[in-house]
Amino acid sequence: MTDLKDRGAPVEQVNPELEKKANRRESWRGFFHAAPAYVYLTFFFILPLIIVFVFSFASRSRTGKPLLADWNLDSWIKLLDPLVRTIAVRSLWMAILNTVICLIIGYPFAYWIATRAKRSTRTFLLVLVLIPFWSNFLVRTYAWRTLLGNDGLVTQFGEATGLWGRMLFTEPAVFIGLFYGYLPFVVLPLYAAIERIDWSLVEAARDLYASGSQAFRRVTLPLSKPGIIAGSVLVFIPSLGAYVTPDILGGAKTTLLGNYIVTQFGGARNWPFGASLSSAILIVMLLATLFYFRSDGKTL
Amino acid sequence: MLLAAQGRTLTSVGKTPSQYAGDWDEVTEHQSAVSFRGVTKRFGDEVVAVDGVDIDIRDGEFFSLLGPSGCGKTTSLRMIAGLEFPTEGSVQIFGEEMGVRPPNKRPVNTVFQSYALFPHMNVEDNIAFGLRMQGVDKSEVLTRVGDSIDLVRLTGLGKRKPNKLSGGQQQRVALARALVNRPKVLLLDEPLGALDLKLRQTMQLELKDIQSEVGITFVYVTHDQEEALTMSDRIAVMSEGKLAQVGTSEEIYETPTNVFVAGFVGEMCFVPAVIVGDNQVRLEGGSVVAARADGAAGDDVVLTVRPESLHLYAQMGEAPDGRNAVPGTIHRRVFFGDSIMYEVDVGAAAMMDVRVENIPSARRWNEGDSVIVDFHPDAAAALAE
Repeated sequence: MTDLKDRGAPVEQVNPELEKKANRRESWRGFFHAAPAYVYLTFFFILPLIIVFVFSFASRSRTGKPLLADWNLDSWIKLLDPLVRTIAVRSLWMAILNTVICLIIGYPFAYWIATRAKRSTRTFLLVLVLIPFWSNFLVRTYAWRTLLGNDGLVTQFGEATGLWGRMLFTEPAVFIGLFYGYLPFVVLPLYAAIERIDWSLVEAARDLYASGSQAFRRVTLPLSKPGIIAGSVLVFIPSLGAYVTPDILGGAKTTLLGNYIVTQFGGARNWPFGASLSSAILIVMLLATLFYFRSDGKTL
Repeated sequence: MLLAAQGRTLTSVGKTPSQYAGDWDEVTEHQSAVSFRGVTKRFGDEVVAVDGVDIDIRDGEFFSLLGPSGCGKTTSLRMIAGLEFPTEGSVQIFGEEMGVRPPNKRPVNTVFQSYALFPHMNVEDNIAFGLRMQGVDKSEVLTRVGDSIDLVRLTGLGKRKPNKLSGGQQQRVALARALVNRPKVLLLDEPLGALDLKLRQTMQLELKDIQSEVGITFVYVTHDQEEALTMSDRIAVMSEGKLAQVGTSEEIYETPTNVFVAGFVGEMCFVPAVIVGDNQVRLEGGSVVAARADGAAGDDVVLTVRPESLHLYAQMGEAPDGRNAVPGTIHRRVFFGDSIMYEVDVGAAAMMDVRVENIPSARRWNEGDSVIVDFHPDAAAALAE
């Protein structure tokens, strides 16, 4: 009787030297394929970031012109200003709230799409989610300005029913804009995660005495975690740095971090402070994201 | 025509009806573990997955649902589990009508085909899942989980995640996860399908051992007839949503009641024939042989006989008396190692396959040799087409 192991053994012996060479060649080829992206990212992402970081240590002339001399930490110290904290807390609150609400509204929707039996139905629903991206974000935000404005449909409806008044240039308006803008960013990764779930696991949970809601909580939800993480990162980060939406829908009244930074480079003519703010947010985000992924023990 | 034959269930075919009639009475007296009454399951308007099935599965038996893919065996199992509900008919578990009762309210557990182990939980948590859902208290969960890990010989692997286990180990976790709940009936959906041959054979015996150890009714779905024959107390062969035959392994193999079962379980020679008298049929090609046959003279039938029941002789006189002898010519010889298969042309549309054990004393035949195919009348049955 022949052993099973023997039958499965490879017939030819691979020369380890040759194999190493082939691997090396393969990895070089991979590098060449990725090279255009590396070059692009280096010139238009990493270099500008370094420039921003360098400017945060620069000084200003009397008229506010940034001077690449007299390097100092003034603009970093200015980050401790109470005003910065107020704006940061407000932005953080907005971003967290937006993320949570996007998840709460987006999850059932993504679940519903992912559980449609026919592939064509799922594709159609996903296309509906993507349709807004076919028009410019700025244009869509201006559309909200009309809707929320004095004669806007939303305002008219709110006044007619007595539920709300004019919302434009208030915090709720900014919030509506953010939610509208970022909802698709949670729906898509959630859909991808939920669609991948092996439904026999849910059946197994039901078979093992879990009620429908217990099966959801113990099996479906934990297994959609990659989608929840990806979705919340995709919403939280841009919400925190949002500029267009608070600017257009919030007017000058609701200052968020994004607008505050723009002000530093514009009206306030304080480039170093704008640069230190940007760098600080970037560093905090980077650390937070790393921590978020690590805590789950996986990289996305 | 084939369908009609398969449609006949326990009460209609062969010498078995009286035998089964007795069994049925017995079963209804001692409550059966699972019973189907006229169960039909349709998916949409077109697909009839299960078509008017009556089954009684006895308490404590190892019962297999055997059939080709799409025969309705898995759907039947899922209806016991509560993962599907019958379109018509009733499913009862220990006399209790299940209706549309959800799976978590049924005293059964399932070992799924792909195991369906929770990937985000370790072995212990997987096994403890059912107990925790039932609200069993912590210390008892701990002991029972520990015991079942030992029962399926996975001691020491409790903290591993399922993807760190081999196929066989995953299979055992799936088994332990179901058994730990002490279900009244354990449902197994092709649990060994994903394992390699050697492991499958070991697991077959192990499953059988575990079953007799825990004494729970096992309902086992498989398309592998050998697996069903080895493990089962009784087998229900299904075809196109209907029961083709229910019986012990021996009954299914030795006295199939219809052409489908005869062909699906094991190897079988089929020779077209006509009934000519009391247990006498004339084969296509002219020979008249004795075989179990029911039906009237003139009925078209198929003579069925196992290749291993056939013997070859050179001349008429050599074969023992009282047996059937059909003259023919060796058409082809196929060498299998442990045996040699001769295809013998007996003048019928189909060849008779004769399997001869490859032992030194066995005579070798060559293609073109004239031979006599010999078999005992009890080994052959004439079945309606």
